Amino acid sequence: MQVTSRNFKEKASGALKDDDLRVALNRVKTGFTTARATAASNLPEFEDLRNKSRDIKDDVLENLDYYLEYFEEKVIAQGGHVHWCSNATEAKAAILKICREVDAKTVTKGKSMITEEIALNKFLAAEGIEPIETDLGEYIIQLADEPPSHIIGPAVHKTKEQVTELFYEHHQKYGYTEREEDAEKLVGEARAVLRHKYVTADVGITGANFLVAETGSTVIVTNEGNGDLTQSLPKTHIVVASLEKVIPTLEDVSTVMRVLARSATGQEMSVYTTFSTGPKRKSDIDGPENFHVVLLDGGRSEMLGTELEELLRCIRCGACMNHCPVYHAVGGHSYGWVYPGPIGAALNPQMVGLEEARHLPNASTFCGRCEEVCPVHIPIPKILRHWREKSFEQQIGPKPERWGIELWGFFAKRPTLYRLVTNIAAQALTKLAGRRGRLKSFPMLGGWTSVRDLPAPQGATFMEQWKKSKRGSRK
Amino acid sequence: MSEKPESVEVALFVTCLVDINRPSVGFAAVKLLEETGCRVVVPDTQTCCGQPAYNSGDRKSTQQIAAAVIKAFKGFKYVVAPSGSCAGMITKHYPELFKDDPDLLLDAQDLAARTYELVSFLKDVRGFKPEGVKLDAKITYHDSCANLREMKVVDQPRALMSHIEDLELVEADDREACCGFGGTFCIKYSEISEEMVDRKIDNILATKADMLAAGDLGCLMNIAGRLYRKGHNMKVLHIAEILAGMTDGPGLGEERR
Repeated sequence: MQVTSRNFKEKASGALKDDDLRVALNRVKTGFTTARATAASNLPEFEDLRNKSRDIKDDVLENLDYYLEYFEEKVIAQGGHVHWCSNATEAKAAILKICREVDAKTVTKGKSMITEEIALNKFLAAEGIEPIETDLGEYIIQLADEPPSHIIGPAVHKTKEQVTELFYEHHQKYGYTEREEDAEKLVGEARAVLRHKYVTADVGITGANFLVAETGSTVIVTNEGNGDLTQSLPKTHIVVASLEKVIPTLEDVSTVMRVLARSATGQEMSVYTTFSTGPKRKSDIDGPENFHVVLLDGGRSEMLGTELEELLRCIRCGACMNHCPVYHAVGGHSYGWVYPGPIGAALNPQMVGLEEARHLPNASTFCGRCEEVCPVHIPIPKILRHWREKSFEQQIGPKPERWGIELWGFFAKRPTLYRLVTNIAAQALTKLAGRRGRLKSFPMLGGWTSVRDLPAPQGATFMEQWKKSKRGSRK
Repeated sequence: MSEKPESVEVALFVTCLVDINRPSVGFAAVKLLEETGCRVVVPDTQTCCGQPAYNSGDRKSTQQIAAAVIKAFKGFKYVVAPSGSCAGMITKHYPELFKDDPDLLLDAQDLAARTYELVSFLKDVRGFKPEGVKLDAKITYHDSCANLREMKVVDQPRALMSHIEDLELVEADDREACCGFGGTFCIKYSEISEEMVDRKIDNILATKADMLAAGDLGCLMNIAGRLYRKGHNMKVLHIAEILAGMTDGPGLGEERR
């Protein structure tokens, strides 16, 4: 997708004035957070499972080459194919080649962040292959021609009224000529339209929540069952997944699954958990004839052994954005690339470049709630700080901000001078505010006073008053 | 308390915001510490814990400032700060800052082990309980993110306030949410900060409290400044002022009498 992270501030500003978006984001803020808290408190071993999940992912990252080759071996043994792709271009070429081999005209798709990452839909469409998203949220934003704004609820920014309009506009050709306003009926309408697409599609493409090394299985979790129809009805199933999705055993899958849905939506489990192990066997009633796994590196192997490695633990549950006050304020599109919220702020500078994404790690109060709820304990604030340090080193960002910090640092390193200057400043501000006790505006502090009054100091600094007091002179 | 009065030496880390903006918090902290039998020392080479540089990515300056703090507070049995944020910087981040410098790492770890946030120090280390303090008010308490998540100072201020006569504590909704201060964040991303502080204020006003307290001056300046900008009149004080019974003067941003 088009990267617009550079315009974070402008997009955030627009988002803050968008009343429909405010309503939608408020649902995220209250709905998901409450659901997660309830799910977590109902499971006594939840914290223990988080630690275990972190350890499983750490083991995977330590031995990534081993597990991936193990996985490949098992997929091949079952009659499937594995395509190793180092970047988006290679992944798209591999997918296109498979589609051409079966002369595909239409492709149904389950929800997949990796296909967002490689912008697969636009690519397929340009090659004359029609991609059809089957996850309801993805389907809605495909109709709206928008990127997802949340990793588990791609259309979470849309209101019901907006969906009514979208369906009215796009479903007339299927005979739906009335504006449908009932949510359940809207879902029914989408289901009916999509049902036909499932059976006529030539290829089904899904992502993967896990790639199980010991069995060569790929696993998806969904709430709509769309993934099952996407991958079992067409003759060819392509799984697109990034390297770090591999996991050693089925036992490990069941451990991580116990924190995944609870962290994401507060469900104990998603409604459907689907394991795909190779193409259809002779004894199987249904399933695809061809089974392909497109394994994408996409910059991940570069992160191994660096400060960013812990980001590869991510299981894409969305808890960090569900709990992020900045995400609640600005929504997912402000982040300007596939991954929004705290995980996006930490990951995107690596994926799209720090210069492009420099706002993302800066637009955080370091409140720490993302790390607190992350099921695999990713230290997101620490990684955001890492990016700020890189920005400072590489002199990315406005010079005045840098000068301000350097000027402050100059004084902070010189206690005597600092004493003098802060005392003069405190007394001057106190005088300036007078009986009012606060300042409405002050030069250089426009960012503060554009939003709030500045509570004035109380005269001389503490250090000055202490020095003059009896106790202060005591040694 | 087993130790004799005046026998426990505590070095006060004033914090830059208290030093410049609200010295009364520093004096309240001194009063409280002395009430628990501590002798308070204020090392005069302290400036700031270094968070502005740290959070702006200036690691080198942060290390220089942190090294100066480590030096200024060497040898004291306890170091106490009236701020969860600054105490968190020293206890959680200084050791990380010097992870590649074996000499300073030991000193940083040593300081981290001796440093406390004021309210938790009073309650957990000194077994303090306010006595004879009266405040006829309905108060709501804001948990700063540093106190809530980094320092785990949540129950202590509430427990201590429960001993204040006539004081009624009313909890606001969505206590886990950040107020939008975030140091330079509130200046660089003022529009986002505005949305965050407005949501915070909605919840605070809904309690119908007449006072707001917290353990971090950054949050308090942000919330008080926004309350006044929007025309609300609520008395905003640091928790140390409440516990020390120093509540008669003007709150943050309040008119002087």
